[in-house]
Amino acid sequence: MSAKPNIKLPIYMDYQATTPMDPRALEQMLPYFTETYGNPHSRSHSFGWEAEEVVEKARAQVASLIGAVPKEIVFTSGATESNNLALKGVSRFYKDRRDEIVTVVTEHKCVLDACRHLQQEEGMKVTYLPVKTNGLVDLDILRAAVTERTAIVSVMAVNNEIGVIQPMVEIGQICREKGAFFHTDAAQAAGKIELNVNAMNIDLMSISGHKMYGPMGIGALYVRRKPRVRLQAMINGGGQERGMRSGTLSPALCVGFGTACALSEAEMGKDNEHIRRLADRLYKGLTERLDDVILNGDRDQRFPGNLNLSFSFVEGESLMMGMRDVAVSSGSACTSASLEPSYVLRALGVEEEMAHTSIRMGIGRMTTESEIDFVIATIVEHVNKLRAMSPLWEMAQDGIDLKSVEWSEH
Amino acid sequence: MAYGEKVIEHYENPRNIGSMDKTSSDVGTGLVGAPACGDVMKLQIKVNGDGIIEDAKFKTFGCGSAIASSSLVTEWVKGKTIDEAGEIKNTQIAQHLALPPVKIHCSVLAEDAIKAAISNYRTKSEAEKAGYGGGRELVSEEAAE
Repeated sequence: MSAKPNIKLPIYMDYQATTPMDPRALEQMLPYFTETYGNPHSRSHSFGWEAEEVVEKARAQVASLIGAVPKEIVFTSGATESNNLALKGVSRFYKDRRDEIVTVVTEHKCVLDACRHLQQEEGMKVTYLPVKTNGLVDLDILRAAVTERTAIVSVMAVNNEIGVIQPMVEIGQICREKGAFFHTDAAQAAGKIELNVNAMNIDLMSISGHKMYGPMGIGALYVRRKPRVRLQAMINGGGQERGMRSGTLSPALCVGFGTACALSEAEMGKDNEHIRRLADRLYKGLTERLDDVILNGDRDQRFPGNLNLSFSFVEGESLMMGMRDVAVSSGSACTSASLEPSYVLRALGVEEEMAHTSIRMGIGRMTTESEIDFVIATIVEHVNKLRAMSPLWEMAQDGIDLKSVEWSEH
Repeated sequence: MAYGEKVIEHYENPRNIGSMDKTSSDVGTGLVGAPACGDVMKLQIKVNGDGIIEDAKFKTFGCGSAIASSSLVTEWVKGKTIDEAGEIKNTQIAQHLALPPVKIHCSVLAEDAIKAAISNYRTKSEAEKAGYGGGRELVSEEAAE
C-alpha cells in the first residue's frame, strides 16, 4: 500500500497514552524558562511575584474547566500522584472514623496499587466493585458497598482502555447520601467531557496535563473546600499548595497546563464534533469491510475518541506489528511480558481469546480524516492477511465451534 | 517491543502458509496451543514414500514471533526425514530468530507443533499398515522406522 502524499507517517493513534501538546499551550510556556524565571514562592522580589501571578492564573484556568474555585486546585506531578494523594491522604486523615475504600476493578493501575498498599500496609478495608459487561458499574452494587465506615469512593470518569463514562452524577449522589468522599480519576475525562464538581458531587478529582494537550510532568488534584475535605500530605516541606503538596512549582508547566485547560474548555464542542465524526468514520469503515469486529465497552456511554475493538481470530500483537505506520495500543498486555490479556477486558467478561484480539485506537484534536482512511486501509489489509494465516479463522469458516475443541493449554 | 530482523522478515514474508488435506494418509497434522493463551499453531507435513518430508504448511494465530517460529520450522523440516525433523529443538529456533526471553514459548510451541504433526502422521500410517486405513497402499519403511 502506498502512503497518501498528504499524510505524515507514522500516524499517532494512541491519545490515551499521551496527547501531543497543543502548540498554543507550548508557546505560552516558553517565556517562563528563560525570561520570567522566578520562583513562584519567593515573596521578596518581583521575579517571584510575577511567577506567582502566572501560576495563580493557571490555577484559575484549571478550576474553571471543572467548575471549581482556584483555591481547590493542588498542582501535582500528574494523575498518578493525584490519585495517590487523594486515596492515601484521605485514608490516613480519616482512618480512625472511616477505614474503608470502595473502588472498581477496572480502575487504572495506580489507583488499584495505591489501594492495595493501603489494604496491606495500613489496614484499610478495600472493596473492589465488579463492572457489567458494558464496563459500567452497577449502581445498586455500589450503593450496597458504601457504608458509614467508607472514607472514600474512587471511580474513574472515563476508562483509559475502553473509553466508557461512568455515571458520575448518580455515584456522587450515593456518596453524598452516605457521607463518603467521592474521588474520581479524570485523567482521560478532563477537557474531553463536561465535568462539574458541584453538579456531580465530586469531592476530589485527579487531572493530568499531558492527556489533554498540555505538558507532561504536571497534573492537579481538586480538593473540595465546602464541605471541606482534609488530607494528610505525602510530601512534606515548605508547605506549598496549602500544605498538601510541598515543593517548588514550575511556572512554565503550570502555564502550559492552564492554557491547555482554557483551550479545552473553549473548544470542547468543536473538539468533540471532530472526534465523533472521525470515530464514526473509523468504526464504519472497519465494520463495513471486515466481519467479526466487536466494540468493547458500552456503545453509547463512551468518550468517542477511544475505540477498543476486537478483531476475532487475529492476535492483537501480530496486528500491531503489521501496522507499523500506525501507533496504537494492544488490549492484550503481551507486550509488557506478562502475557496476560487486559484485566479491564477480562473484568467485562470478554473471553481471553477475544481479549487477545483487541486493539485500542485513540482519536484526538490533531487526527485528520486522511489519517483515519489510511488506518482503515491498513487494518483491513492486515486483518485479512492474518486471518488468511489463522488456523482459528479457517476452523470457524469450516463451521467448527472453537469452544468444542480440546486445546492444549500451555 | 522491538522485533528482531529475522522475525520481521518471516512475519512480512511468511513461508508455506496454507493447509493440506488432513484426511490424506501421507499428511500429518499438528495443532498446538490455545486461543485463550494467545497462540495456536497448525503445522502439517507431507511425507513421501522414502520417509522424507516433501512439503510443509502452517497456519498460526499468535504474535509475530509465533508466526516467525512456525514459518521457520516449515522451511527447516522440508527435505528432512521425520526422525531428523523430530530432532529440531526449540533452542535452535529461538537462537536463529534471536527471540527475547518473553518469546521463548513461541519456539517451544513450534517444536511441539512438529512433534504433534509427526506423531499424527505415524499414528495414521501405523493404522493404515494394520489395515484400518483408507485402503491406499502406503510404503511402510518409515512407519517401521
